[in-house]
This record gives sequence, structure tokens and C-alpha cells, in this order.
Amino acid sequence: MSKREFKVWRGDAAGGKFVSYPVDVEEGMVVLDAIHQIQRQQAPDLACRWNCKAAKCGSCSAEVNGKPRLMCKTRLDSLPDGEPVTVHPMRSFPIMRDLVTDVAWNYTVNRKIPPFTPKKDTQWLMQQEDVDRVQEFRKCIECFLCQNVCHVVREHDKKDHFAGPRFFVRIASLEMHPLDSLDRIPLLKKEAGLGLCNITKCCTEVCPEEIHITDNAIIPMKERVVDRYYDPVQIVIRKLTGKDKKD
Amino acid sequence: MSDTSLASASASGGPHGLGATDRRDSWWLGPMLVFLGLVAFGVYSTWAAWTGTDYLLQSHGAYYLSPFYSPDVKDLFGIAPPFSFAFLILWIPLGFRATCYYYRKSYYRAFFLDPVACAVGEPKGRTYRGETAFPFILQNMHRYFFYLATIVLLFLWFDALRAFFFTGPGGHLQFGMGVGSIIMLLNVIALSAFSMGCNSFRHLIGGKMDCFSCSGAARTRYKLWKGVSVFNLRHQEWAWISLFSVGLTDLYIRLCCMGIIHDVRIF
Amino acid sequence: MVIIGAGGAGLRAAIECSAAGLKTALVCKSLLGKAHTVMAEGGIAAALANVDNQDGWTTHFQDTLFGGKYLNNWKMAEFHAKESPDRVRELEQWGAVFDRTGEGKILQRAFGGHTYRRLAHVGDRTGLELIRTLQDKGIHQGIDVYMECTITRLLKDGPRACGAFGYWRETGKFVIFKAKSIILSTGGLGRCFKITSNSWEGTGDGHALGYQAGAQLLDMEFVQFHPTGMVWPPGVMGLLVTEAVRGEGGILRNNKGERFMEKYDPKRMELSTRDVVARSIYTEVKEGRGSPHGGCFLDISHRGAEYVKKKLPSMYHQFKELADVDITTGPMEVGPTCHYAMGGLKVEAATGATRVPGLFAAGECSGGMHGANRLGGNSLSDLLVFGARAGKGAADHARSAPAAKLEEAEISAAADEMTGYFSREKPENPYQLHVELQNTMQSLVGIFREDGDLKAAVEKLQEYKDRARRVGVLEGNRMFNPGWHLCRDLQNMLICSEAITRAALLRKESRGAHSRLDYPAYDEYWGSHNLLSEDRNGVMDVQPMPVVSSPDLQTLVDERKAKEKK
Repeated sequence: MSKREFKVWRGDAAGGKFVSYPVDVEEGMVVLDAIHQIQRQQAPDLACRWNCKAAKCGSCSAEVNGKPRLMCKTRLDSLPDGEPVTVHPMRSFPIMRDLVTDVAWNYTVNRKIPPFTPKKDTQWLMQQEDVDRVQEFRKCIECFLCQNVCHVVREHDKKDHFAGPRFFVRIASLEMHPLDSLDRIPLLKKEAGLGLCNITKCCTEVCPEEIHITDNAIIPMKERVVDRYYDPVQIVIRKLTGKDKKD
Repeated sequence: MSDTSLASASASGGPHGLGATDRRDSWWLGPMLVFLGLVAFGVYSTWAAWTGTDYLLQSHGAYYLSPFYSPDVKDLFGIAPPFSFAFLILWIPLGFRATCYYYRKSYYRAFFLDPVACAVGEPKGRTYRGETAFPFILQNMHRYFFYLATIVLLFLWFDALRAFFFTGPGGHLQFGMGVGSIIMLLNVIALSAFSMGCNSFRHLIGGKMDCFSCSGAARTRYKLWKGVSVFNLRHQEWAWISLFSVGLTDLYIRLCCMGIIHDVRIF
Repeated sequence: MVIIGAGGAGLRAAIECSAAGLKTALVCKSLLGKAHTVMAEGGIAAALANVDNQDGWTTHFQDTLFGGKYLNNWKMAEFHAKESPDRVRELEQWGAVFDRTGEGKILQRAFGGHTYRRLAHVGDRTGLELIRTLQDKGIHQGIDVYMECTITRLLKDGPRACGAFGYWRETGKFVIFKAKSIILSTGGLGRCFKITSNSWEGTGDGHALGYQAGAQLLDMEFVQFHPTGMVWPPGVMGLLVTEAVRGEGGILRNNKGERFMEKYDPKRMELSTRDVVARSIYTEVKEGRGSPHGGCFLDISHRGAEYVKKKLPSMYHQFKELADVDITTGPMEVGPTCHYAMGGLKVEAATGATRVPGLFAAGECSGGMHGANRLGGNSLSDLLVFGARAGKGAADHARSAPAAKLEEAEISAAADEMTGYFSREKPENPYQLHVELQNTMQSLVGIFREDGDLKAAVEKLQEYKDRARRVGVLEGNRMFNPGWHLCRDLQNMLICSEAITRAALLRKESRGAHSRLDYPAYDEYWGSHNLLSEDRNGVMDVQPMPVVSSPDLQTLVDERKAKEKK
């Protein structure tokens, strides 16, 4: 059994630092196993979130060697040998303690999105091809790694004007639902701040569920906003045919 | 990278300073390659368009027109501005690529460092408005550049097919093939693959619909959308392939015109 | 209204309560939407008859009873079979997006123990779909959610439950909820065992809180070992491999390449009930025909890469990323893992009420629905049906209940218990004790049990209980301190472990998930009796009681029994 050095960020809202722990490495081990071992043997009060340990719940988000990852899905043998592994809490959210951050902002955003509202008198028939896109978005496990890595949040701190990739995906899943009756395009343009996204794709890069956030959710939503607000021909056609929706 | 590492966490978002990161991989390599690639293409294409010469190879019966000079408005419509007429056309493909969702990503990263790479800090003291204000709000016009670029693409297809016909001894056109014909064909295929994967096109062809099965027309558009999605998945790759192919096609014709190399006629 | 636990049952109950106009607080140990329900993969069993039109509630009822070896509460099984189709359709109307049939209806897949293709599903992430749908419905309906808050004690006013005491995980500060009705929906107790598919939350909180408040625990000896958990690498041992793999045609083989289920259940093969498949795998391994890492082989690669990736995407990724195994080209190694507690708080079938006035339970922490063994897919439908029923029952109770008052003495006792962990002189390491408890339960009260082992386990548990009084905080303060949290969770696990072991000792037969090497056959008496545990002045008392039957369902039950005899 070999040893590996882990540098785990310890501290709270007031500040903190990386603390080194030696970890016994087993075959097939992931970063979360190492954190558990540290809890069991060296730091019983090391705070970290986790639940399913199978990349299905999205609790154990952190930054491993500087990259936003799920700890339960990051194998030690995928990290460069011979140097310490650093584990840092997500940087875009306020620190609670050690690896635990306050992700309440995300829940606040979600509350503002009008929920699924079915069309009247529907027979509830949908073909698989109609729901494929929506199902991709609904794979989201709300690990908030995309929210964490997005530079609009992380570097520009636009939390008050920007919903973030996770909720663009959420809105896309509602907008593309064949039986939904609401219109969330004005929300996207205004409160959700879709225009602040400059599609630099970091959200897609970090998504553990491999959702094509940018190409399948954000860009199609941007195009729908263009239809409504920027495309002069479509605006004129809507005016002429009287189909102009109020926002 | 320990000197740029963020020793303590900031309470929440905020500029961390350029290059501040705990990443230890070569995150700077990607944006640097993009930077070099785009600069190299920019310099070459500007120069090639500027010259106004060596864009049409007509020796040995061939008719190879450089994609930078297509359509040949001078020949077709007699338009002869006091500068190279290539500039009358090039703003279209330039605008198409500049507003392309993929290129936006790449140059926001490589040129504007906004962000330079994922989970890497940005320069401090900038105001960020994304694509909500001038000039980047104009990115929303991407679809119009797509329409225009499609017209240019039709000319390029014509040019590529024209390159398979050579003027024979009697002045008649006859079918043939030179290395240049193949290059021009491959180039226009690459350009088409790039255009076919356009995100705006994908939206307009079918992506804007919520129900794919609700009518016969919807089902047809669904099939087209599926096809476009295949190209869209590789939009980045086609963006680079077609960028290089268009530059190399011009270079090939240019070198032939200058007599530095000679086109090989296959049959 | 206070609902403890925000998995499927808790959320569904909360939706029902707030729809009834009651102020509803939903308290959970983790963040909202992270509950163990997300790990349910295969689907929701409901006789929608979208794929097999012969299906109906009577068949579902019979399948459930047959799977539970007739120890189920008949009324619960009836409500469940009758109401689950409506609960599934309701989910769709709240925004869930199930896989579709060619006609555009909800698609259903085959599963172990179900006569017809019955499981409404979304690939292999049905639980996530369910919880996300309920979560969105709930928050927009105005439920107050209190996240990362652990309840340590139920507060009573005389015989009535009227409040809950707990702490915020973030700050360690105490919190008191006052309520006219309380619903426990805390899920399972898998963390009592070493190899388990349960997350850290599955510490039997609801079981223990209810028991301590005076409610009874039913069927605790029945702990379901899911036949297919991952066995390698060590870090993911026990991680669930969905039954949908077998539902989609997966084949089990031993190291000789034999399809061994032919020996154990030639009729149902891989889709036999979970207890049978788990025992079969265990036996193969014990007799030396196991895979290199102590499991057996499960192969789905014959269905083709595209199909597997489409229908079992998360399994594909799970094996690819965690075990370097490509399940589209080769077999995966699997072995039994502790998965589900059939046992739980004894409740009224119609309302989810325990015998403590004002205290209700739903989902895994309640008992009776599944009898001796739960069928795959019946847990998601269980938590929808009985989440809704408990929500309604609790709401009705709250409307008619007079205001209760909290006892100061109880509150300070609860607070003292929690602060006490900081003042142990030589604190016992809670992590160490937890490991020992898990090892004991795994080796002595596992898939196969016998008298000597169980008696040894009872003694061990007595020792652990003494040591648990001495566990304490080794380091850190009250802010987000997992060591401190574990001190309290251990107490719950010990109550559950004791109930499991004592009931297992008494049930001198093998039935469903309970297998005694010394009593390998069915016993007639035990075939019609459940075991009920309750607290009598600090001592656990376990007594048999007759199965809750119902004359109107007798014909259906007899019909199925006759059919199985043939």
C-alpha cells in the first residue's frame, strides 16, 4: 500500500489554509475515499458533504487540484503522481466550514422559475423523440459545479442578475417540454440574465452528467431570445400576423 | 503554479486576478494555440485579400478561383473598387465566423481572457456585461451572417465544380481533374460541414420547435434537425478544418499563379 | 406540520399537507434533492397496463404479497396496488418526463417478481426524476424547507407527539419545531451494515425516533440484501447496480460460466425475487464459484452497446469510471449489498398513523407494506402512495388536534444529550465503534443467520450500547462537525441493530429476506405472524402478532397461493 499526500483546505468564513494529511492509497480509490479516511483516522471534525458516493446526488462537489469535480468520481490514479492532491471547497460560494460551502443562492434562483404548467385538455401523449432533449436536461444532479465554474459568477459575481448554467438547463427543460404552456423567454432575457453568458463552455466542461449545457440548452435558449427580441424579420412577421406575445 | 495559487478562499465570487488558480495542468496551452492559430490566419488572409492578384489560375485550361475572391464580382458584374474587391466579399465569412458560437468561445478566452480558462482567474478591475451591450450584443445577428454566408457558399460550390472542367484545345470545356480541383472540392465540403453545424441553423431548422412529432412537417424538420445536430456536435473541429482549408486553397492557387508550384493534372 | 426527511415520501407528504392548507415544515439532514431516493434507479411499479394490457391492481397486489411471503399488511398492499397508477400519472402532470411507448404513453419495463412489465422509468435514474419533480412541485407550493438540520428527539405532551428537537449541521445550534402532527420519512438503516448501498444518512433515524417516542417497530428482521452491488474497487463496495440490468436482459454467471439461476429458480431465472437471487449469488461465492473479487458476473453486453448506453447510462458510466469496466463489451462483477429495510414503524394502512397520537410515518421507515421481502420498484410507488396518505392523515389530525405545549424538561434533556458528547472524559471514537458495529451486523446478522451468531450479536450489541454512552467528540466544535453528528447517529443505529437481531433470533424459520441456516424451511406459525418490537421501560420487548389480513382480499390471496403450488 502506497502513501499519498493530501492538502485539504481547512477553515471557515473567517479564513483558512491547506493542511497536509498522509493517506494510504488502495486500488481504485477516489478522492472522497481519501477524505473519509482522513475523517476516520486523522481529522474527525473535517467537514464535507456527501451522500450517494456514486455520482448520482451531486453533494461532494469540490475543487481537486484546482479543477471543479465530484470527489466521488475523481480517481486518484487519474491525478498526477508524485505531487500532493489539493482539495479546496468550491470558490464561488461562501465558505461554511472546510469543504462545505453555502449553496443557498442556487435554491433561491430555482424558486423564481415558474414551474411546469401543462397545457389545458392534454391527453398526456408524448413521443420519445419529443422528450429526449428534456430528459438530457433532467439528468442534472444539481452538483452546482457549473454554477461554481461559470466566470460570470466566479469572477464577475453577478449572482443578483444571473441564473447560471444549471438554471438555464432547468428553464430549457421546461421551455422544450412539449406539453408546457408557459413562456419563460422574457424571464431568460431579463431576470435570468442569459445575455451575460458568453458561452465560454466551462459549465459543459465540468458537468459530471455530461449534459451538453452550452450547445443543447444555453445556445438554443439564446436563439429563442433572438427570435423574440433581436431578429427584425421575425418581429415584423409577428406584428403583422398579430402573434406578438406580450411580455 | 504555487505563486499564483489562491492561498485562502474569498468569501464568494469576485475577480481573483489573472492566472490565479490551483490548476496544475497546462491550462494556458489551449488559449495560446487558439491565439496563434487565429492570428496566423488573420495575417495571411488579410495579406492575401490585400494583394488583389494571383487569385485565379487559368493556365493549362484550368479555372481555379481562390475562395477569398469568390464570387468574382469584377468578372461577373464588372465591379472594380479602388481596393482589392476581396474586401467586398470577405466581411461576410468574417462576420459569420466572428459571430459563430464556437469562435466566440475561443476568442473570448484567447483574446479577451474572459475567462482565459476554466477555474482560472481573470484580470481585475474590468466591467463585465457579457453579450448584453454593444458591441457583443450584435452577436445576436449571427443568423443573418449565416444566410449571407450560405449564398457565398453556393458560389464556392459552383467554383469547386467549375474546377473540374478544363478548357480543351478546341476551346470546349471538358471534364477533368487536377490536384487543385480536389483541393477546392475538399475545401467546399469542409466549409459546408462548418455551415451545416451552425447553432443558429440548428435552431431555425427544427430546434425552435417544442414538439417534433406533432405534424408531418414537424417530423421532417426533426429529421433535418437530427442531421444538423450531427455536424453541430463537431462544430469546433469543422471550424478549424474549414479555416485551414480555405487558407490552404488560396495558398495553393496563389503559389500556382506565381509559378512557384505547378498544378498536377490527374486526367 | 413537521415532516422529518425530504426523500420521496417526505416530499410527497409535504405536498399533500401544504395542499390541504397547512403550514408545512420539511426538515432534512442533507441539502434538498440529495436524499437516498435519487439512488432508486429501475423504476416505479404501477399497474398502468401501458405495455402489458392484462395487468391490473389485483395482479400487482398478488405479486406484492407473493414477494413479501404473505407477511405484508394486506390493506397496505391493496392501497398500494390500487393507487400507484394515479400517483405515477400525477407525477407526469407535475413535470416528470418518463420514457415513452410507441403510442406516446409511459413506458414500462420488466422487473424481478412482477408478472407483467410494470415499472415506469426514466433510463436508470428514475429516483432522481421523482425527487426533482416533487422538489419543484413542493417549493412552488410554498413548503418551508429546513436543510441540513438533524432531528435528535421527538417531543411529547403526555402521550401526544407535539414537537421535534434538533441541531443545525452548519452551526451546531439547537432548534425546536412545534407541531400538531409529525411525519417521519427518514428512509433506511443500511449504515448498520458494512456492505451497503445506503448513504451516510441511512442511520435509521425515523425508526429510532419513533421507537423512543413509544411507537412500535414491525418486521425488523427483514433486511433486504440487493443481489447486485459493486464488489470492486473497495471504495465503492456495496454501491448499487440497478435491477434494471437484469430487467433489460442481464445474465448472471459464476466463474465457470454457468448461468446458475437455472439451479435456484429455473422459472424466473435472473428476475426471481431479490431474496432468492441474493442468496443464490452468496451460495455460489461461498462454494468457490465466485468472481475474482468475491462476487459473480452480470453480463448485459449481448444487448449491444447502443442499447445499453441508452437504457442504462448511469450504470455504464459508473462501471467505466469507477471500476474501469466497459459493460457494453464485458460482464460486471456484482455481489449482495444491504439495501432496504422492510421493517419499520407500525402504521395504520389508511393514514400512516403510528400508535403515538400525532405521529405518522411513511416510506422506508414505516413497516408492513413489503412483508418479508420487497419487490423492486415497489419502494418508489410505496413512498408516493403512503407519502400522500400519511400527508393527508397528518393534515386531518392536525386540523382537529388542540394546541400542545412543549415540556421544558424534555427540551433540556435533549440539549444535554447533544452537549454531553463534548464533555466525555475519555471519549470513545465514534468512527471506530461504527466500524465494529457494521462488521458485527454484516458477519453475524447478514444474509444467512443462525442461533449462535445471533446470540453473539445480541451480546456484542449490549457491549456497544455501553460504549456508545461514552462516545464523544475528539476534535472540533459544534460547527459542521461530522464526528459529533456520528455520535448521535450511532445511538439510532444501535436501536435498529438490536431490533433486527432480536427479531431475527425469534423468527425460527427462513422466509423472504430472513434466512436461518438452522431453520431453513418455512414455518406455518411464522407464516402468519409478524414480530413487533417496542420499548418497555428501557428494555426492548419483541412479540409476535398475527398478520393484518382482510376478508375482502382473501379470494385474491388464495388464488395466488393455489397458482404457486402448481
